[in-house]
Amino acid sequence: MDFLNALVAFANFVLVPATAYGAQLALGALGVTLIYAVLRFSNFAHGDTMAFGTMVTILVTWALQAAGVSFGPLPTALLALPFGIAGTALMVLGTDRLVYRFYRQQRAKPVILVIVSMGVMFILNGIVRIIIGPGEQNFADGERFIVTAGEFRKMTGLSEGLAIRSTQGLTIVTAVIVVALLFWFLTYTRTGKSMRAFSDNEDLALLSGINPERVVAITWIIVAALATIAGVLYGLDKSFKPFTYFQLLLPIFASAIVGGIGSPLGAIAGGFLIAYSEVMVTYAWKKVLTYTLPDNLAPDGLVQLLSTDYKFAVSFVILVIVLLFRPTGLFRGKSI
Amino acid sequence: MTMRDRALFALVALLIAGTGFLQSWNAALFILNYGLISAVMALGVNLQWGYAGLFNIGVMGFSALGGLAVVLIAMPPVPEAWAAGGVRVWAGLAVGLGVIAGAIAIWRKLGKGRLRGIAMILWLIAGFFLYRAIFDPAVEAIEAIDPAATGYLGGLGLPVLIGWPVGALLAAGAAWVIGKTALGLRSDYLAIATLGIAEIIIAVLKNEDWLSRGVKNVNGIPRPVPYEVDLQSSAEFVARAQDLGLDPLTASTIFVKLLYAGLFALVLVVLLWLCEKALKSPWGRMMRAIRDNETAAAAMGKDVTRRHLQIFILGSAICGLAGAMMITYDSQLTPSSFQPLRFTFLIWVMVIVGGSGNNWGSVLGGFLIWFLWVQVEPLGAWLMGVITSGMADGSALKTHLLDSVAHMRLLTMGVVLLVVLRFSPRGLIPER
Repeated sequence: MDFLNALVAFANFVLVPATAYGAQLALGALGVTLIYAVLRFSNFAHGDTMAFGTMVTILVTWALQAAGVSFGPLPTALLALPFGIAGTALMVLGTDRLVYRFYRQQRAKPVILVIVSMGVMFILNGIVRIIIGPGEQNFADGERFIVTAGEFRKMTGLSEGLAIRSTQGLTIVTAVIVVALLFWFLTYTRTGKSMRAFSDNEDLALLSGINPERVVAITWIIVAALATIAGVLYGLDKSFKPFTYFQLLLPIFASAIVGGIGSPLGAIAGGFLIAYSEVMVTYAWKKVLTYTLPDNLAPDGLVQLLSTDYKFAVSFVILVIVLLFRPTGLFRGKSI
Repeated sequence: MTMRDRALFALVALLIAGTGFLQSWNAALFILNYGLISAVMALGVNLQWGYAGLFNIGVMGFSALGGLAVVLIAMPPVPEAWAAGGVRVWAGLAVGLGVIAGAIAIWRKLGKGRLRGIAMILWLIAGFFLYRAIFDPAVEAIEAIDPAATGYLGGLGLPVLIGWPVGALLAAGAAWVIGKTALGLRSDYLAIATLGIAEIIIAVLKNEDWLSRGVKNVNGIPRPVPYEVDLQSSAEFVARAQDLGLDPLTASTIFVKLLYAGLFALVLVVLLWLCEKALKSPWGRMMRAIRDNETAAAAMGKDVTRRHLQIFILGSAICGLAGAMMITYDSQLTPSSFQPLRFTFLIWVMVIVGGSGNNWGSVLGGFLIWFLWVQVEPLGAWLMGVITSGMADGSALKTHLLDSVAHMRLLTMGVVLLVVLRFSPRGLIPER
């Protein structure tokens, strides 16, 4: 019984939240990695692209709520999501046209594009804060829990409860669908194949008649969709605040690099690795240990390895370890 | 310097003087002083990016370390806290460092194989718990001592100016650790690594109350210049001020700011002279050769990784020095005020807009961008006032637009950066 209780406590405080967080990071890292594979630069504006997409979604959600539209037990934001994606896609395509395309035609060095993306980051940051303000926004509605702790206790008779919030379930389901679609697209469709060819060998792809501008535009649209979905899921699960999204840049980049930048599979693995480590290192293990260890060994303290404020340190340390021992990342990042 | 460069500097001087005439001389001197600090920071970033092409976006972290050094040097020590756990805290940290050094030694001594990994992990786990066992009670004891007023170890009580070189040293030490691990990897990786270390340094300042009082802030750091109140009560100063036709209150604030400006300008001039000398020396030419073609430079027998480490440390030390100057000027350390957009990316805008690879350009960028950063807000407020003048008072849109003025500066900085990159990619004063 004690062992089961420990298992449930572990699932409740570590497994479920970390899986949801990992799925959000993975979606974010996929966007970074796709940009890297096709456009060949690290996009520092990605966190703010996520914030922009989430902002559009929130605004549409509010409009829908005001119009009395709801999505039953699911959050209204899901209905607004397509609008968010469309808005973000328009925004990134516009940015590409106005800003990035010039440097692509010049064949500028990747690092110049990184600095350009810093400028875009400033602008998006400003726009988001001007439109929706720097404060925190909560836009989750609908059913709050799939299983509450109380129900679970009644169901199983254990003293520990397992609560699964609907946003957590939603995150995982959505992420699985999105990732499956993305891999199907990249592997089986003509456009996906041309994207992979372009990323693998640009000159050869041009020679076989692939239109580079079309590949780039489609990449941006996919990235806009991924960024918006990741941002909305994160916002539903936690809450939306422009500065938090800017700070997500670090774990997202860490995920992409740890997995091997340019490799979609690596981005997913990296996202989960970072998320699990972050949650496990900052979780207070007292409860789980009290159940599993004999009474005389039960810990007095919280058995928390690091305080939650150091969660960035976890992404960072994993990043450094991977870079030291396997500089190309876990999945030998190269191209998609 | 060409005529155009002089004209650009004259323009900046005019902008600051204009602030003095139109707003107030206090505001103008505030912009000047922060402009001087920004120029020093920009010199540091220019050293790394302009000379060597290193992409460091952890400027915030290095500046914060400089600020911490000022606290550790200048604040009076707290004897009760030292008695409660001062020695134990440092012993704990020494144990932590020893554990890491031991792990590296194990990794190097033992041959390849599974044994090596297992031995190192076991050593690290045991070491971590030992470290926490010594460190945690000591921290608790220190933070329990009068938390409202102190709750930290305090500093050494030395003159604050000693904190400046120490700040540079502290930042240089951090840069050495990061450089050892992250240099030699691809440039984007260095960027992410520095971004991460900066966030970690800020997290340490926010959470390690025993060291920096965390979010309770350290206030009233001693100053290298006289206090305004003392000046106002000095009969001689009041008489002088009245001779000049100023009221003693304004005169004292302006006098103090002028003293700071003198100190900062001295630092800037010395650094600028050193940087120019370095750039035009064989060393500077070697650095630019490495930047432009690493393979060719390596073929000529230059140790690229070592040179990169060297310039990374030097540049970070300058950022640390600037951070120390800034915290001295603020005379308080508020860890939560460190925001990457303001302390890292803004400095980058200064370097790029001013002209990377040119020290004069970085200095110009430092002043110009800082001026914009400060003045965009009143300008934006005025603009919004004009736009919203037709709207009904108290309407939601009008309030929202007026509130959003504060974020105009981010937007402006982005636009300035993109415009310069597009139409004058080498900056206002390009590299020669």
